Amino acid sequence: MDTTIFLFLLQDGVINGAVYALVAIALVLVFAVTRVIFVPQGEFVAFAALTVAALEHGIAPSTPWLLLALGILAAISDIVWHFRDLTWKRILRIAVFDLALPVALLLLTQALAPMKLGQVVNILLAIALITPMGPMIYRIAFEPLAHSTVLVLLMAAFGVHFSLIGLGLVFFGPEGSGTTPLSSASFSLGDLVVTGQSVAVLIVTAVLLVLFALFFGRTLLGKALRACSSNRIGARLVGIPTSVAGQFSFAIAALLGAVSGILVGPLMTVFYDSGFLIGLKAFVAAIIGGLVSYPLTVIAALGVGFAEALFSFWASNFKEVLVFTLIIPVLAWRSIYAPYHEESE
Amino acid sequence: MTALRSFAPPIVAAVLLIAPFTGWLPDYWVTLFNYIGISSLVAIGLVLLTGVGGMTSFGQSAFVGFGAYTTGVLTVHFGISPWLTLPVALLVTMAIAAAVGAVTVRLSGHYLPLATIAWGIAFFYLFGNISWLGAHDGLPGIPALRVGSHQLIDPKEYFVVVWVAVVLAVIATQNLLNGRVGRAVRALRRSTRAAEAFGVNTAGAKLMVFVYAAMLAGLAGWLYAHFQRSVSPGPFGVVAGTEYLLMAVLGGAGRVYGAILGAAGITVLRDQLQNLLPWLFGHTGNFESIAYGAVLVLVLQTASNGLWPILFGPPPPPKPPTPRDGNQLPTKVLPAPGVRLLQVQDARKTFGGLVAVNDVNFEVESSRIIGLIGPNGAGKSTTFNLITGALPLTSGAIAFEGHPLQTQTPQRAAALGLGRTFQHVEIVPDMSVIENVALGANLLGHAGVFRAMLKLDRAEEAMLFATARRQLERVGLADVAMQPAGTLALGQLRLVEVARALCLNPILLLLDEPAAGLRVGEKKALAKLLREVRSEGVSVLLVEHDMDFVMSLADHLVVLDFGTKIAEGVPADIRKNPAVLEAYLGGVS
Repeated sequence: MDTTIFLFLLQDGVINGAVYALVAIALVLVFAVTRVIFVPQGEFVAFAALTVAALEHGIAPSTPWLLLALGILAAISDIVWHFRDLTWKRILRIAVFDLALPVALLLLTQALAPMKLGQVVNILLAIALITPMGPMIYRIAFEPLAHSTVLVLLMAAFGVHFSLIGLGLVFFGPEGSGTTPLSSASFSLGDLVVTGQSVAVLIVTAVLLVLFALFFGRTLLGKALRACSSNRIGARLVGIPTSVAGQFSFAIAALLGAVSGILVGPLMTVFYDSGFLIGLKAFVAAIIGGLVSYPLTVIAALGVGFAEALFSFWASNFKEVLVFTLIIPVLAWRSIYAPYHEESE
Repeated sequence: MTALRSFAPPIVAAVLLIAPFTGWLPDYWVTLFNYIGISSLVAIGLVLLTGVGGMTSFGQSAFVGFGAYTTGVLTVHFGISPWLTLPVALLVTMAIAAAVGAVTVRLSGHYLPLATIAWGIAFFYLFGNISWLGAHDGLPGIPALRVGSHQLIDPKEYFVVVWVAVVLAVIATQNLLNGRVGRAVRALRRSTRAAEAFGVNTAGAKLMVFVYAAMLAGLAGWLYAHFQRSVSPGPFGVVAGTEYLLMAVLGGAGRVYGAILGAAGITVLRDQLQNLLPWLFGHTGNFESIAYGAVLVLVLQTASNGLWPILFGPPPPPKPPTPRDGNQLPTKVLPAPGVRLLQVQDARKTFGGLVAVNDVNFEVESSRIIGLIGPNGAGKSTTFNLITGALPLTSGAIAFEGHPLQTQTPQRAAALGLGRTFQHVEIVPDMSVIENVALGANLLGHAGVFRAMLKLDRAEEAMLFATARRQLERVGLADVAMQPAGTLALGQLRLVEVARALCLNPILLLLDEPAAGLRVGEKKALAKLLREVRSEGVSVLLVEHDMDFVMSLADHLVVLDFGTKIAEGVPADIRKNPAVLEAYLGGVS
């Protein structure tokens, strides 16, 4: 392997790693606030990319229909679980967020799609369509299980993953698609050709990570979320509603997933189920970060991206085997140095 | 109603097992029954692994794959008879499970299921990329099983093979769970500390369960390969692994028959959905996964104990065997009264900068009751945990009957004859009281996995249960012996722990606040029991807050305050000791 190939692999790895980093910090955030190991995080990535792809072709994507379906499920779930203490306030909230919002977005998408208003509109619309799915999924699947163990929540997360994959096939169909790059510029750096897309990926990721750090370090809401993650009962006692915190963390996760989807769209052909592998690789990074540390997670994500690039050069058939085997020594190491304490049941 | 509940499962089972041979059941359904049977084997393994042993695995399908591919390669590439490949398939699965398990079962908490997902995916891609396994296309043309020259291709004939395997697996698993090793395994999920304190090698027990579950999956894989007559990587991925887990959870984690119910539920659901959904959506696809996910989430939300307990109620009480010819376990020869048993020399334990136990010295002689007292936070329980090996010493030495306990583990403490109770009761709530107590006699038995599976351990089990029953009578709980331990009050549970510790045939009994939560009458009975135990030659080291109880009982008291020993002597002197009074009541400076 000469320097050119090495640099090429490095660039490839860093770009993939940057996307994994966005997905991975979403996983860490969701785990910290709700203890859910959110396996379906990758689905947001795939769905966002597919939404942008459809909009680019001037076709109205099925995403708002999926959003409406989730909204109806969330409304049903809310009404069933809170049947005895159903207030007007709650009914109004359900009507606005679960029903009116998806319908409004549906009409907006139908109106805007044929007009082909360009990349910025497509991206904003995709983010607007994907982000509300996060809190809806939290309310449907995880809020009723909020007091269960991590294992029960993990199994439920797998259940959600299966359902979303199935729904993805129904709403987006089996065909894959790619999107146009954010920037078609490219320049040479010695032997290496750097594409504008890779620069865009790095810039967007860096900006989001900085915003993320500022949000959790400087704002009251960010601090409240951190309080929930370190001690749920304590947070409740000082008046932080954990349900709202859970919904909020899922909204951020969906938002980060949507942005990742917009970034990977031009890099690969995205299918309805492509998100799973992206999510799992991000997951390897999140585990290395111990599901706690954001900076370590970002470094680990870049490492996973680079390792994947190297493996695909050396033994492309066994790329996935090697990436996932990598996690086992990491788990053993975490298990010894950060032992997990049994939860009281 | 209860009669109906207990008779319904065997009648339904009998009807279903006979149905294929009446000629009324179409082949389509017989084939479905065969798939249910094959999945049941994997689910039974998962019930043992997840429901009983507390280790969640998403990767069982990989072991099904190893079973299937082993027989596939041997029959297709080497032309070996399928019957001969069965032991090879099981051995290959066993070897791989032992290697994978050796790393996996040591992982704690949610790291363990995450690891199973990781190697589940890794093995799936491995199957799909190795050319002599046929890569993504798999291995076609696997021969059918033969009896003489007759091929078992008819689903009805294969039904016999599959369900004989399932019935044998159910019997072996039930026998295993009801034996000595099974009790240890059942203690893993809820009270690992108790299992360790009675000599259970917990890592070994976990690995045993892991390998057992994997071998059942390997057997399922072998059956699958010769029924399907081809293998490809598809059914051995993590999706299938989650499906097996769903079966175990749906049926009722922890219930062996529940696994069959869960397997039947999921297999029939998938089949029906595959017929219904394309009609609903207008085109074909993998839609059943929508319903799977929904079912999994709904089961977890509304019936996290699974369907079996809802349909058929709680598990029946155990039927412990009774000894035939008055055989009893050999009793330990206790040391003569007044011999030095336990020597604690300059024992020190620090947690970071906090000195919890500060160079404490004391001795315990045989046939004596020693009280270890002190205000809250004095370091009593830490001292206790140092002696029983639950915590390692920072410096100093502890010796028991001359054996230095430098590298003390709970298991070694148990083997030396130190029986203990816990400050916060460590009981397996879903196991009966007598089985909890019999766990204490774990080291007195020798029957292993195979003797238990073949029910060759009955004579020994009878003796273990006789010991357990005797100790339960001594603490006055014989009448609740068959109840699940979770239904008892806290005071009763403390007495169950005392009975369990006595089952070990201890030389030294270490009791951590045994009188807390006991009523007056129960306290008196416990004091009487401890005096009786002392007269038999057993020593007692007692951590206790109830001063009347400990003063009336102990021969000798050791008083700790802030980790340091401040006084030692007979109760009458301790009562007057100014340092002790100051520690308890505050100084009058």
